[in-house]
Amino acid sequence: MNPFSSGTRLRDMIRAVRACKTAAEERAVIRKECAAIRAAVSENDQDYRHRNLAKLMFIHMLGYPTHFGQMECLKLIAAAGFPEKRIGYLGLMLLLDERQEVLMLVTNSLKQDLNHSNQYIVGLALCALGNICSAEMARDLAPEVERLLQFRDPNIRKKAALCSIRIIKKVPDLAENFINAAASLLKEKHHGALITGVQLCTDLCRVSEEALEYFRKKCTESMVKLLKEVVNSPYMPEYDIAGIADPFLHIRLLRFLRVLGQGDADASDLMNDILAQVATKSESNKNAGNAILYECVETIMSIEDNSGLRVLAINILGRFLSNRDNNIRYVALNMLMKAITVEGQAVQRHRATILECVKDNDASIRKRALELVYLLVNETNVMPLVKELIEFLEVSDQDFKGDLTAKICSIVEKFSPEKIWYIDQMLKVLSEAGNFVKDEVWHALIVVISNASDLHGYTVRSLYRVFQTSSEQESLVRVAVWCIGEYGEMLVNNVGMLDIEDPITVTGSDAVDIIEIAIKRHSSDLTTRAMCLIALLKLSGRFPSCSQRIREIIVQNKGSFLLELQQRSIEFSSIIEQHQNIRSTLVERMPVLDEATYSGKRAGSLSATGPTSNAASLNLPNGVAKPSAAPLVDLLDLSSDDVPAPSSSGGDFLQDLLGVDLSPAASLSGTGQAPKSGTDVLLDLLSIGSPPAQSSTSTADILSPSQDNTSVSSFQRISSPPSLSAQGSSPAQAAPMMDLLDGFSSSSPVAAEDNGLTYPSIVAFESSSLRINFDFSKAPGNPQTTLIQAKFSNLSPNVYTDFLFQAAVPKFLQLHLDPASGNTLPASVNGSIMQSLRVTNNQHGKKPLVMRIRIAYKVNGKDTLEEGQINNFPPDL
Amino acid sequence: MGMADPNRQGKTRLAKYYVPLEDSEKHKVEYEVHRLVVNRDPKFTNFVEFRTHKIIYRRYAGLFFSLCVDITDNELAYLECIHLFVEILDHFFSNVCELDLVFNFHKVYLILDEFILAGELQETSKKAIIERMGELEKQDELENILLLQASHIFAMPRAEKAVFSASRFKGSLLGKKIQ
Repeated sequence: MNPFSSGTRLRDMIRAVRACKTAAEERAVIRKECAAIRAAVSENDQDYRHRNLAKLMFIHMLGYPTHFGQMECLKLIAAAGFPEKRIGYLGLMLLLDERQEVLMLVTNSLKQDLNHSNQYIVGLALCALGNICSAEMARDLAPEVERLLQFRDPNIRKKAALCSIRIIKKVPDLAENFINAAASLLKEKHHGALITGVQLCTDLCRVSEEALEYFRKKCTESMVKLLKEVVNSPYMPEYDIAGIADPFLHIRLLRFLRVLGQGDADASDLMNDILAQVATKSESNKNAGNAILYECVETIMSIEDNSGLRVLAINILGRFLSNRDNNIRYVALNMLMKAITVEGQAVQRHRATILECVKDNDASIRKRALELVYLLVNETNVMPLVKELIEFLEVSDQDFKGDLTAKICSIVEKFSPEKIWYIDQMLKVLSEAGNFVKDEVWHALIVVISNASDLHGYTVRSLYRVFQTSSEQESLVRVAVWCIGEYGEMLVNNVGMLDIEDPITVTGSDAVDIIEIAIKRHSSDLTTRAMCLIALLKLSGRFPSCSQRIREIIVQNKGSFLLELQQRSIEFSSIIEQHQNIRSTLVERMPVLDEATYSGKRAGSLSATGPTSNAASLNLPNGVAKPSAAPLVDLLDLSSDDVPAPSSSGGDFLQDLLGVDLSPAASLSGTGQAPKSGTDVLLDLLSIGSPPAQSSTSTADILSPSQDNTSVSSFQRISSPPSLSAQGSSPAQAAPMMDLLDGFSSSSPVAAEDNGLTYPSIVAFESSSLRINFDFSKAPGNPQTTLIQAKFSNLSPNVYTDFLFQAAVPKFLQLHLDPASGNTLPASVNGSIMQSLRVTNNQHGKKPLVMRIRIAYKVNGKDTLEEGQINNFPPDL
Repeated sequence: MGMADPNRQGKTRLAKYYVPLEDSEKHKVEYEVHRLVVNRDPKFTNFVEFRTHKIIYRRYAGLFFSLCVDITDNELAYLECIHLFVEILDHFFSNVCELDLVFNFHKVYLILDEFILAGELQETSKKAIIERMGELEKQDELENILLLQASHIFAMPRAEKAVFSASRFKGSLLGKKIQ
């Protein structure tokens, strides 16, 4: 019995499934059905087999496994009746595909059915073969299909034609067998057979040179004639769509002509007239007409050159662009993109319309239009186009800004006629969409700015202005901060004023304001803040009057949880406070960045082979995510071409950044016995001077992704500066360096800077309960007098009260004691008392200093007295 | 190339593949296509790029008809193709609705196989396909009558279908009035 018209169980099952409220219920219903079907399968039930398979197909559509039904398909196909075969073939197409081995078993059934006396069964077999044919089946069944191309019923002929397409796609060698039969299909009057015949010929031409030659020679003319007939055919209600007789046939014919005309001038010539007719006469009010026009344009653009036709085609696309239907505009943009390579000038004429499409509401149209505009840009039109695009950037959607920004930046970089224009446009982009700008882009901008020495002043002033309005754009902030740091004085002094500029009045403190805003912005990330710190350091050299304020801003980051910021903050505040003499050298302007090196690096980093680019994606060891560090490194690396490649670790980029030349600093250090502590301090401060071997290990560790390694290397990195100084200098000198680095003690060798002479600090006295450190300096122009800064530290766990320090000296010395900073000394080195002493040596150069001391204090109310003699003063005091 | 008609909830009512794919991959494709298509603004183009292909889709009531075609294919023509298919369905089921497609999925496949074969358009005449379907149904009926004579079992009357679809009906795909 027929399961479908009878409305019994298939329908019931579908209804049961639809009635299910939950997925669990549905699963239960399906489970039950599947169990019943399995039982029927194992009982080899005949009557309900096709109904069961129909159910299985429905179950399959719901997404449940139905493999156990595959053999049932084969059994149904082998059955005699049409309904069984129909369901069997349908199941075959749905449940199996050409890769299943079971399919081998079906070849014989197919062969029999292709020769069946019932043409409907032949139709079923052709349909199944066309949809699932494998290469093997193609070889086995090609003769049957070829024969069926001449079958009396056109319904079979058209099915056989499409089946042949599948066969020749699977086995192109079989193509030549089909050429003659296919050619005869082109004379069909029946539309279905004709349209499939044209399609078969097109595909034959694609897989076989021989077929192409054949059809080109024999059929071009007749196809042109056929198209002409179709175009001029009277109203045919059966095939009419929107007043056009069978647009699908039009399209198939145009496509076939395209294949024939491509690469053959004679064939192309033959079809010029009809193409022109289709292009001018086709109705463009309805989708169907536009589909034909669109196909016609593609054919015109593909066949051999006829510039008149091509201009016509481009104009059709231009008309499409102003159509109100989004679909039409979309295909026009698509086609213009292909056309631009062959007919660039003609496309250029529609630039304005295309530019309008960039502003469309539909995202896919915008995207296409933008891509097209990108292809349209050249040296002559870059300026107006970029102007338009940037204006649009101001009003575009957030999710389109990324694409748009990337394209604008790329255009500006590629076609910029002059540097000032480049800088202007980039600043506009940065101020509109700085958050979308990629790191490479603003890095490149900085390189360009650095190279445009006559525009430094102009740039920094422009950035200053733009910053006022767009301080929320991260990359704008970065570029502004960098430029203000480098060229701050040009901002203030209006150096290099261009005619086009309005003069502005900016003070040093205004410049510092900008950086302060930037560093305190909530959204600033590590890179920006780190750049701000450097800019501040640089400004402290440019504007000495602001240096106190700058120090205060820097010091605020001393407690930052980000190691990088903390370290910079402490180091830079030390430089400002205690190293006036080297600061100016330290904060000199960066040398001009080499464009060639940078672009080379950029190209190199694109291939992601360099260690620098790898580092970019990894977390640096202190547990702080620093994806931004690497770009900085990259940027800063540029200044030092002589720095060996592996040294691009954190420490080195500081060196690069500051442009430090170490030799002047070295010459500052003391003479004679005095060790080069100045240099060492500086080395330490900048975490540089590490032997190359060590630097490369730490780089390697940074690069290693494993968590364990990172934590180890973080120790290495953190501990490396002190250990270096321990290697590099005597233990006695290590202490002050540590002092300097820890940044908390204000007793560091301040005085040494005045005349450039530096004396090592000493531990003047040490007992189990007390330590006294002496730091030395000389008053300028008075070598006999030594200033001593004494620092008292309590080594015991008890607080000392009523603390009193007394000293006595021989007659050739004069001693003056300033009041101490306090008389209570906290326990466990948890603080200290400072006291200044001034000693004048009447026999300077002949006798060394010597001193007796006595310290009195109370511990828990009990008087304590300690005494000692200091003989270890440095010589020459 | 494949054809899928998911409804608004993402239930696939009909899917046909002309390239071999694993079942799991088919489900993934159907899910992804549905996600792509269902969220698009109706004012946007009917074309979406999908993997290395593009989807041409069109919405009829709660059903989306989607075709996945080569990137070089004529989008406008396939859009017309979808409409023609829906018109054929409408004609065949006389005022088609989603439930017709659910309960008669095997017939929809049959129509599709008369319309598209091996991924290529087979017949562009609505009339020809409807006639052909009539002939095929007659083949089914013919067997049916033979069976009836053999077993003397009579099936439920076909009128049930009309009642059913009219009562549970969500809305006709082409927006015509329910008769």
